[in-house]
Amino acid sequence: MNAAILDRVRQITADVFGVDIREVTVESSPETIASWDSQAHLNYVLALEAEFGIQLSAVAAADILDVGLAVAAVEERVAKQAP
Amino acid sequence: MTDDHSEVRRRVEGCVANGQWALASLELAALWRQKPTPANASYVVAHFERMRDRLPLISCRLALLRSFTVEPMVPLLRAAAFVSGLALDVQVGDFNAYAQEMLLPDSRLYQFDPHVVILAVQTRDIVPELWEQYADLSPAQVGEAIERTAGEFRGWVRAVRSRSQAHLVVHTLDEPLVPARGVLDYQSDGGQIAAIRHLNQQLQHVAGEHAGVYLLDYASLVARYGRVRWYDESKWLAARLPLAAGALIELANEWVRLLHPLLGRVCKVLVTDLDQTLWGGVIGEDGLEGIEVGAEAPGAAYRSLQRALLDLHHRGVLLAVCSKNNPDEAMEVLERHPDMLLRPDHFAALQINWRDKAENLRAIAAELNIGTDAVAFLDDSPVERARVRAELPEVTVIELPDDPLGYAAAVRESPVFERLALAEEDRQRARYYADQRQRAELAGQVASVEDFYRSLNLAVEVAPVTAQTLPRVAQLTQKTNQFNLTTRRYSEQQIAEMMAQSDWRLFSLRVTDRFGDSGLVGAACLRVAPDGWEIDTFLLSCRVIGRTVETAFLAGLAAQARAAGAARLCGWFLPSKKNAPARSFYGQHAFQLVRETADGAFWALDLSRALPACPQWIRMTVVG
Repeated sequence: MNAAILDRVRQITADVFGVDIREVTVESSPETIASWDSQAHLNYVLALEAEFGIQLSAVAAADILDVGLAVAAVEERVAKQAP
Repeated sequence: MTDDHSEVRRRVEGCVANGQWALASLELAALWRQKPTPANASYVVAHFERMRDRLPLISCRLALLRSFTVEPMVPLLRAAAFVSGLALDVQVGDFNAYAQEMLLPDSRLYQFDPHVVILAVQTRDIVPELWEQYADLSPAQVGEAIERTAGEFRGWVRAVRSRSQAHLVVHTLDEPLVPARGVLDYQSDGGQIAAIRHLNQQLQHVAGEHAGVYLLDYASLVARYGRVRWYDESKWLAARLPLAAGALIELANEWVRLLHPLLGRVCKVLVTDLDQTLWGGVIGEDGLEGIEVGAEAPGAAYRSLQRALLDLHHRGVLLAVCSKNNPDEAMEVLERHPDMLLRPDHFAALQINWRDKAENLRAIAAELNIGTDAVAFLDDSPVERARVRAELPEVTVIELPDDPLGYAAAVRESPVFERLALAEEDRQRARYYADQRQRAELAGQVASVEDFYRSLNLAVEVAPVTAQTLPRVAQLTQKTNQFNLTTRRYSEQQIAEMMAQSDWRLFSLRVTDRFGDSGLVGAACLRVAPDGWEIDTFLLSCRVIGRTVETAFLAGLAAQARAAGAARLCGWFLPSKKNAPARSFYGQHAFQLVRETADGAFWALDLSRALPACPQWIRMTVVG
């Protein structure tokens, strides 16, 4: 897992869901973050796309079940777009 | 997150903790400009919400009626709005229930009592015949689809207008990425794109049938960004969000752009620097031959900027100069350089000296009788821009890119110059200010003030407000601060309603003098009651303060009241931060003070006694 990407994803998680960044770990998920509902999930995906300049497919977006998987999805797309 | 952002966030939090609200909002604005993303939006909004009551923000209830998902845009919209000085409370309509919300009188929409309603409906949602199914249709069916849709919009707009005084902004309909018939579509005038454009023309007619209804040219917005990048089919299918992540901020910004003129968040004057801004080079060093402005590079960039300023001038925005220069040298360029588009006459004020620019901006604002919060500042120097931002946070400082080729666009894209209605007077406004300078010179030459008034050859016309003068009258109630007895703000819809009622009389005042026609510069709204006429609104544009035309106006109104059998003329003076010039108006015209409360003073004039007289140096015409 890329430490820089993890760092940025944690900050986005904190901002979008309105939680303290110190409470965000790779295990953070809708089970541990109360405001992470389906509408917030859409905002989360859009925030990740905006931050990293990527587009996540519907399937990839649906597969983001926790912060760790979010990082994995971002890394996968960023690697595909690297020159 | 980069170190830059952590640093800026720390500064923001520090400012908020120390109660430095204005500084905090400048930092938040800088943060937002750098990175207008969904993540930052939540941060920016949260901090502005904390400071909301401490900042001079314009509040607005905004209702979004929509045929697609817009929720992800709301934080972006609110952040962009906060940074622009607007505090939005947003209600998002029930999904795809826009028609019900508009047609049902007790819907959530009307209960919300919005100031602004945005109707965002896509072609594919409201008239799918012109979208996916187009190739199946006969020309007659296309025509029917256009008629039916235009009729639906007409009905909705009428419903909203009849139940609410909110400004209504309607998205025009968008065009498909590729028309059903491919390149064949545009070869004749009966194609799919043509049909959608024809429907949009119908929407223009519908908007024109009512006051306070405006169009957002959605198709152009999409084209500007690029249709290919705008749409995200995957998000559309998964979440009915048609826009790609990068397009969300573009739509949010366009909404904020329209909110600026709707909410009065506009600048009335653009103050510009000269060297390296209006022209390349420094006149004091390079001389007239050395500066660059013209049709070829590099002067072309500056000429483009001048063209942009000239366009603003035609729109009714005043131009002024603030430059650190020897006046003679700078004026030589303005007067004599053959390739300049802007000339001294285009500027309502010129401060060319070696003093601090913030001080000069204050002087220009005072000279033009405009608040510094209605001033925009244009300067190539980041140092000067930072200085003005720090010293005068209420001034809109236009952010310029490094490359002068981007200057014109920066000005054209600044939302503080947007207008949604252009009264004829606005176009001629700059000329009035040039005339005003002439009047000031004249005043210096005459002996007494009565001689001065006489020399002006003043003529005024008092007339009932008509459909033609309605927009200007509404505009006056919204913009006039100083000579305004009660500072009641009315929209065009509200003025129209008052005009339709039998117990209201609305009048306008037109003034001409030896320098020209000042136009419609005064308005009064009076309520007819059994015991007399009450003055609800009496105001005069600052352009004509100090010329005794208010006395003539009052005389005209009093004569009308007495002729209609009114026993008295009465009215409140409600003090505000800016209307001190009108405080003694009633007292000076023989009204008696009836009572004073915490809100203001109530005055009355017995019309059976002598009426206020029109000054002898003013010719007054009262139109029936």
